[in-house]
Amino acid sequence: MRAVTEKQGTTLLTSPREGRLARLWKEIKANKVSYLFIAPYGILFLLFTIIPVFIAIGLSFTHYNMLQPPRWVGWENYLRLFLSDDVFLIAVKNTFVFAVLTGPLSYFASFLFAWFINELRPKIRAVFTLMLYAPSISGALFMIWTVMFSGDAYGYVNGFLLYWGFIKEPVQWLTDPKYMMGVVIVVVLWMSLGTSFLAFIAGLQGINPLLYEAGAVDGIRNRWQELFYITLPQMRGYLMFGAIMSITGSFTAAAQIIPLVGFPSTDYAGHTIVAHLIDYGNVRFEMGTASAIAVILFVTMVVVQRWVQRVLNKVGA
Amino acid sequence: MKKLQIWNSKPSRSFGGDLAILVFLSAGALFSILPLVYAVSNAFKPLNELFLFPPVFFVRNPTMNNFYDLFVLMSSSWVPFSRYVMNTLVISIAGTAGHVVLASLAAYALAKHDFPGSKAMFGVVILSLMFAREVTNIPNYLIVSRLGWVDTYWAIILPAWAMSLGLFLMKQFIEAMIDNALLEAARIEGASEWKIFWRIVMPNVKPGWLTLVILAFQSLWSETGGQFIYSEQLKTLPYALNQIIGGGIARAGVGAAVGVIMMIVPITVFVINQSKVIDTMGASGIK
Repeated sequence: MRAVTEKQGTTLLTSPREGRLARLWKEIKANKVSYLFIAPYGILFLLFTIIPVFIAIGLSFTHYNMLQPPRWVGWENYLRLFLSDDVFLIAVKNTFVFAVLTGPLSYFASFLFAWFINELRPKIRAVFTLMLYAPSISGALFMIWTVMFSGDAYGYVNGFLLYWGFIKEPVQWLTDPKYMMGVVIVVVLWMSLGTSFLAFIAGLQGINPLLYEAGAVDGIRNRWQELFYITLPQMRGYLMFGAIMSITGSFTAAAQIIPLVGFPSTDYAGHTIVAHLIDYGNVRFEMGTASAIAVILFVTMVVVQRWVQRVLNKVGA
Repeated sequence: MKKLQIWNSKPSRSFGGDLAILVFLSAGALFSILPLVYAVSNAFKPLNELFLFPPVFFVRNPTMNNFYDLFVLMSSSWVPFSRYVMNTLVISIAGTAGHVVLASLAAYALAKHDFPGSKAMFGVVILSLMFAREVTNIPNYLIVSRLGWVDTYWAIILPAWAMSLGLFLMKQFIEAMIDNALLEAARIEGASEWKIFWRIVMPNVKPGWLTLVILAFQSLWSETGGQFIYSEQLKTLPYALNQIIGGGIARAGVGAAVGVIMMIVPITVFVINQSKVIDTMGASGIK
């Protein structure tokens, strides 16, 4: 009972005359164990995530080329991105198109497949899980898609379509702006049964089977009722987790896109916000502007996440 | 007649629905696996089959030449190739183990203890997931070098211990899978929080941390060492293999072999862990 009772004890013992700081200190001392539990992770997290993020936010208001010390420029980086950088606006548009399509689709696919798999017996479930999950750990093997969608007649898709007479000449899948984004979305969806998918599977397996039996007694007739009345409310924490993974994954996509369509892609048709950030940071060495892009992207994702959270809170509420 | 043992024995299931699910799953599985089958079969193709028109899906005359070439290239590396393998194993195992333990400890406190700052800390961890990693590389490098860890394993391992993913995931698992009554009972028995964590929390969220092991291992296994590692004898396997593939089109077959080799270990980790997830459920869940 340590953590709980001691805390209740403190609130009772604290006299109203004591200052807020003193009270806080007492509470901290009472929860010593909890702080010890978070300390090792917390310290490393502070060092390797929080501090770097704050430095980057600071850099977004400077001109910094990594050779000379940063020079304060105020909002200049932000203004430049919105007012005089046409490519940035293209990247914003592409990112939204990409995120609106792949984010929800990968999210629902992850849940749907996990839910269906959970209906199966353990052995056959393991086989399906492995097959569906394999693409997301395929590493460099995903480059096989560049062979499939290769722009010459040796490409699989072109070879097939030519053979059956659907097209007369090879389509430049990965260089023609008309098709580029479509192909990218297919490949990214192919790899999308990853982190959330596994979390959903483990989460579904952790639901107490007694709940389903009780549900059956209470008159649940089919798997849809079971899903809405039992499974989804039990899965709320995981659903939130999956949503955040989908939002971050789809808004920060670039690592899988750049190898497919090249850098920069034709007419910037496959250029995303993070691709633009990489352009500033790793190619032009303008870390100030790159950091400003990261901040803009961060704010965007926070807004989207708040909205999605509000929608999700209604699930099973 | 006994029904085919594909399904979990749950009430309220229609045959049509079962069939639709099986068809849907099979279609998804085929779409997932076929490109990989093709990629793996490429690794066994002789050079003349790799560039055929029309392209052939399966290998006709399987050969181990690509793997043989890879091993020849490996043996001509600067440091013995086993060194790269060991580096990556050390980083992956130490990084995964530390991350799972530290993240679970913190997640347990955040999920089941209510103390000043707990909500704020969790909020910050979630927000941190949304900040693009590309721009924190430089601040990260400055911090690691200030600590004197550049060009050591620690530069990769310690940041991995505090990845945001594990804390977030473990908190959701602990909240959903650990019954407060169980913790209360243990506290009344006089168990310390440390003991409760190891004896009650961790065994009961086994499906959770086994999943985290898969995810953390996978991300560390593909770690190239990037900006932090300079000494050749500390470089990682993905780095060394990338150098080999960098040799151009003549190494296309070797590249496919590299892809297969890089995938074998994460797949093995996945299969072992996933079978254990199912074991635990078999013991506690299905009667």
